[in-house]
Amino acid sequence: MAEPALKTGEIFDEGLDKGIAKLTPEKIEQVVSSVLANETGARLRVYTDTCVHCGLCSEACHFYLSNDNNPAFSPAGKVKQTLWEILKKKGRVSPEFIKHAAEIAYTECNLCRRCSMYCPFGIDIAYLMLVIRRICHKLGVTPQYIQTTAHSHAATLNQMWVKDDEWIDTLMWQEEEAQDEISDLRIPLEKEGADVFYSVIGPEPKFRAQLIYQAAVIMNGAGVDWTMPATPGWDNSDMCMYTGDNEVMGRLKRAHFEAAMRLKVKRIVMGECGHAFRSVYDMGNRWLTWKMPPIPVIHALEFYHDIFKEGKIKIARKYDQPVTLHDPCNVVRGRGLHEMSRYVVNQTCEKLIEMEPNREHNFCCSAGGGVINCGPPFKNKRVEGNRTKAEQLFVAKAKGAKTVIAPCHNCHGGLEDIIHHYGLNMELKFLGDIIYECMEK
Amino acid sequence: MHDSGKWDWETGKKEVSDIGKWMEEFEWIEEPYVSPDGEKVASVVRTGDEMEFTACVNGTAWENTFDKVWYLRFTPDNRLTGLVSDMGEWTVAVDDQVWENRFEFVWNSMFGKDGRNIAIAAQKERKYLAAVNDTAWEHGFENMTNLTVSPDGERTAGVIQTVGFGETEFLKFQEGCYSVAVDGKAWGRNFVNVWELAFSPDNRHVAAEVRTNLYDYTIAVDGIPWKEMFASVWKPQFSPQDESVTAPVKIGGSWTLAQDGKPIWGKKFIQVWHHMYSPDGKKLAAVVAPEFGRWTIAVDYNAWELTFGDLVTDAVFSPDGNSVACVGKEDDKWMVAVNGTAWDGKFDMAWQPVFSPDSIRVAAKVEKNGLYTILADGQPLGKESEAAWDPVFSPDGKKLLIRSIREGKYFREVIPLT
Repeated sequence: MAEPALKTGEIFDEGLDKGIAKLTPEKIEQVVSSVLANETGARLRVYTDTCVHCGLCSEACHFYLSNDNNPAFSPAGKVKQTLWEILKKKGRVSPEFIKHAAEIAYTECNLCRRCSMYCPFGIDIAYLMLVIRRICHKLGVTPQYIQTTAHSHAATLNQMWVKDDEWIDTLMWQEEEAQDEISDLRIPLEKEGADVFYSVIGPEPKFRAQLIYQAAVIMNGAGVDWTMPATPGWDNSDMCMYTGDNEVMGRLKRAHFEAAMRLKVKRIVMGECGHAFRSVYDMGNRWLTWKMPPIPVIHALEFYHDIFKEGKIKIARKYDQPVTLHDPCNVVRGRGLHEMSRYVVNQTCEKLIEMEPNREHNFCCSAGGGVINCGPPFKNKRVEGNRTKAEQLFVAKAKGAKTVIAPCHNCHGGLEDIIHHYGLNMELKFLGDIIYECMEK
Repeated sequence: MHDSGKWDWETGKKEVSDIGKWMEEFEWIEEPYVSPDGEKVASVVRTGDEMEFTACVNGTAWENTFDKVWYLRFTPDNRLTGLVSDMGEWTVAVDDQVWENRFEFVWNSMFGKDGRNIAIAAQKERKYLAAVNDTAWEHGFENMTNLTVSPDGERTAGVIQTVGFGETEFLKFQEGCYSVAVDGKAWGRNFVNVWELAFSPDNRHVAAEVRTNLYDYTIAVDGIPWKEMFASVWKPQFSPQDESVTAPVKIGGSWTLAQDGKPIWGKKFIQVWHHMYSPDGKKLAAVVAPEFGRWTIAVDYNAWELTFGDLVTDAVFSPDGNSVACVGKEDDKWMVAVNGTAWDGKFDMAWQPVFSPDSIRVAAKVEKNGLYTILADGQPLGKESEAAWDPVFSPDGKKLLIRSIREGKYFREVIPLT
């Protein structure tokens, strides 16, 4: 493959700049050695030894494609500029190098794993970027905005600094609001022995409380015996997984699963979030030694699919605007829910216009992997780094799609920015929005 | 625990209340709660067309009505508490008596072991505090989490935010803005984070999980951190024998138990949590993972051979400290295990086992296909029911109190054990 090209334009980020100001070469070498020796093993060695630097991963990456095939943005190029260099120099790299590596790992890779499907060996390049993030976390070099989110997780066990009373009060408020529409509706708090524990991500009570309202209407309509906890552990999200603070990641997942275990529920149903699914189904649980989630976790897409299959929800009228469907990486490449989401879309919408490529080959929204959480300093790079997605959306729009269904919070945020930036003028909805709007109540 | 010797252990089966008939009086009836002695069953109900709520106990509504009632809970001495709101103000109702203090929100009611003392977390004028028996802390804090009560219920502690900061002020956060308040008085030292707390058995001391920077975890006792730092820690416990403190700590890639900062178990487990002392303080048990994805119980570092793939939870020591029981889950089926042997039977759910006071017998509530059964030493006792609560042994261990709902009626039943 070609040598990575240079990128221009330095971005100021207080977390990165103040982070490297405290570094010394000795500290970097010590942390790198410690992470490599104690926290990686055969997996890292196999990946780094197997890669033949063929560059076939390049075409998989929206950053690469959107930046005019600049090799610096190719997956292998990102590894070359970060991990390979660190390995080659045995950790003897400069603070400036670490800043550059952090910027690549945190803001130019969504950990979407599309490149793994294009790699002849299936190398999990996202894992390699996570190793870099882990090193950067241990060095204290993380983008400011995502680091403050990690602090919120650590202090409150939720992503948005939501205080204990604010959480409960929001649920009661949404219950009251919903009772204006459905008088006997409940959001049952702390109901031990319920079938379902419904969990959401921090932004729902903070900014999108109507999603809790809608979920309550859907649960109520489907006759589900459900509950929500009145304690920390309600938030299934996890930016610590993405900063590299694995210890707090584990703490968050433990609180989440133990809240469900305390309430003696049979399963956890989680809202439309992709990264949280990755955290509860793959990374957080396994850091704690749970090979699989100790309480089964059902993503909203699977839950919706099941209640439609079982006839628990009836549609009063289908959504009549043509829609296109975004496939969130973490529940499609990570869990294979793409046919389930299509089943629900076809149950609820008159016309689905597919984006191409789709399903497990779909392009990431460019918000995932914590990239959107790195905040305003990196917004332009993120949005311009996904012209590919805008083109996908544009083609779907040209075929008649007026609404984009994005069943994931971060995808929602990322696509909102893309739609606005590229002037696509398409409506954006969660699948729950559509179900709520179209169901018999 | 309240003195159960004063409860009725003579009456066999008694219908306490026909909950089905409550529907004739109330439009809105929430899930029922039952007193420890089994004499009372209560629910949140709506009293009429107006949005007025109250508690209904054995079919009789409280006289007071409220805009909202939630978190009905019985104290160990059988009093009914609820968190209630009227005209936008929140407080606590106990057996239909309302506290005088009013707050902007209350939550998380907790009780001392004998039930005399009732504690809550509260927020007033954007300050966070605790209150015990209607007496609030003198000062509130910017935030308070992890409310913890002492064994006697007289004292309260919480994790508090002592320094204000903007959400993006990450450096200020990392200087340490959190501490612990005990009875409203803050420790004199801040930490980057403080999580779970534990009171000593004599109610005098508090230990906490803390992080002193983003990477170093340890235990602080009455505000003073151990000298030793670890990759992570879980909730500490005080020894009932002395004032020493133990906690699960992570060293390298494995977890062990540390006492006053020094490891006392080896490194063969890759997870250790929920550790607990036997009542006499002579033994230590914990939920452990001897290998990735397998879970069991270790007593004094000796792991059971029996392991579960999904989880192990609800571990409990017998009163004499010679036995441990727990709930385990394998392939999504729940089981009860005692001293390393699983009872026959796999269930859709199982609850924490209960030892008899003489430590000889074990009983547990289980659920299968939506029906609940009480198991005594692994065998079903009595009929299946629509709802049930944990069984309670008589003080002499010869009888078992079963609290259950069948055909819409709540029954209290004392069954002699043979």
